[in-house]
Amino acid sequence: MAELTSLGEAVAEIVRDGDSIAMEGFTHLIPFAAGHEILRQGRRQLELVRMTPDILYDQMIGMGAARKLVFSYGGNPGVGSLHRFRDAVEHGWPHPIELEEHSHAGMANRYAAGAARLPFAVMRGYVGTDLAPITRVRPIACPFTGEELVAVPALRPDVAIIHAQEADREGNVQLWGIPGVQKEAVLSADRALVTVERIVDELEPRPGGVVIPGWVIDAVAEAPGGSQPSYSLGITVRDNDFYRFWDKLSRDRDEFESWMRQHVLTEVRTP
Amino acid sequence: MATSTEAATSGEVQTVVAARRLEHANSVFIGVGRPSTAAILARMVHNPHLVLVYESGTIGAKPFRIPLSIGDGELAETADAVVSVPEMFNYWIGPGRVQIAFLGAAQVDRFGNLNSTVIGDYAHPKTRLPGAGGAPEIAACCQEVVVIAPHSARTFVEQLDFRTTVGYGDGPGDRARLGFHGRGPTAVVTDLGVLEPDPETCELTLTQIHPGVDVDSVRAATGWDLNVVAEPQSTPPPTDEELSSLRDLLSR
Repeated sequence: MAELTSLGEAVAEIVRDGDSIAMEGFTHLIPFAAGHEILRQGRRQLELVRMTPDILYDQMIGMGAARKLVFSYGGNPGVGSLHRFRDAVEHGWPHPIELEEHSHAGMANRYAAGAARLPFAVMRGYVGTDLAPITRVRPIACPFTGEELVAVPALRPDVAIIHAQEADREGNVQLWGIPGVQKEAVLSADRALVTVERIVDELEPRPGGVVIPGWVIDAVAEAPGGSQPSYSLGITVRDNDFYRFWDKLSRDRDEFESWMRQHVLTEVRTP
Repeated sequence: MATSTEAATSGEVQTVVAARRLEHANSVFIGVGRPSTAAILARMVHNPHLVLVYESGTIGAKPFRIPLSIGDGELAETADAVVSVPEMFNYWIGPGRVQIAFLGAAQVDRFGNLNSTVIGDYAHPKTRLPGAGGAPEIAACCQEVVVIAPHSARTFVEQLDFRTTVGYGDGPGDRARLGFHGRGPTAVVTDLGVLEPDPETCELTLTQIHPGVDVDSVRAATGWDLNVVAEPQSTPPPTDEELSSLRDLLSR
């Protein structure tokens, strides 16, 4: 059963240096508060896994917390580039970063295979592209028809971290709105941390609600506003202005570092 | 914001022409930016029943405003169905349930192959671009692809730096050989005109030019020796309704 704890304690308990960590949320419910706590606790050498790295991973890469990035789309959605990600890849700042890149379909299937504890997933894709020879995919023949398909290896991160709207006191979690790949991420990982907007006495069924039982989650921590500048449908609103602001601020290394020191590293920890 | 009495800009013409391609479509897969604007415009002006499918998992979204990101709350709140990412790719994109996909790219070659990964060498790129996202499988599986890109010799190149997404590969027969079910790119809509694949060679050919544009300037903005059909069509200028609806949408 999930332990209800503080974000600081949960991160200290669950996230270790060198871990592969999947922090998911497809433009919605991105676990910013947890990522910032990881930075405050100084975790290093992380393998960051995420379909859409977004601003959170831009910050973690820029702060030098990542040794490797496993991803399928590294952009600032609707705005443009992720400048810290680009600086790391193009100029090795603050240090070089290893890349393993896929397509969205590939990453989604890799999580699903990990959640199922299968070694790989089968799909149609990658063929004819320059991605196929540089990433981890292999051709595989259908044993029934002989059709040539593609195998992608399961993702089995050490840790999955997601943000949801609500949890009950048993640590059962419910999220609604765009569900992304969060359920698969939690079930594919060895350890799982969920931050929530609020703890409630009883989960109320929601249209499209995804419920993740507390007994597959290690820790649940209350973190109101914990997905900002992304959003938690029905509770917070996406801060589109911040995504535009980030595009300007993050171009400059010094401005980036000073902003992170001021707004992330010195922030009072969630009690 | 320009009023509808002012002449359309080349970008507005591009959006209007892309929207017209959805007049008889059942469904369209879109990312943010001009493709999304064009699809919302198509719902407003041409085709109120058009189903908008965004990569974030929103099927049948009915946005009033142009979303900044594919995950904006309004898309989920107005959608007929909201599905997970594995479901989106395995049940909806993969089997070709979505009719037309609008895709963009940093580079396009003469066979409609796309690069959205790197400019320069992969290991030491001059410019690191966002990467594949959903494009490779979308282009393989959707029934039809329409590419929307600004027309310049930097974008329309002789040789891609990286083939992220396959259009017609190296030419006729390649899509069938690769096992793709979709038809591939049926049009590339730019701010200067429209390129369509030659029925024999699959090579992108100029078939339509926008008002005020001449063939030589399109050739100059294309990085390969561009073929032009015998009599390229002139794009009918945006109607008052198209232009005022587009400007209204952009001002929301």
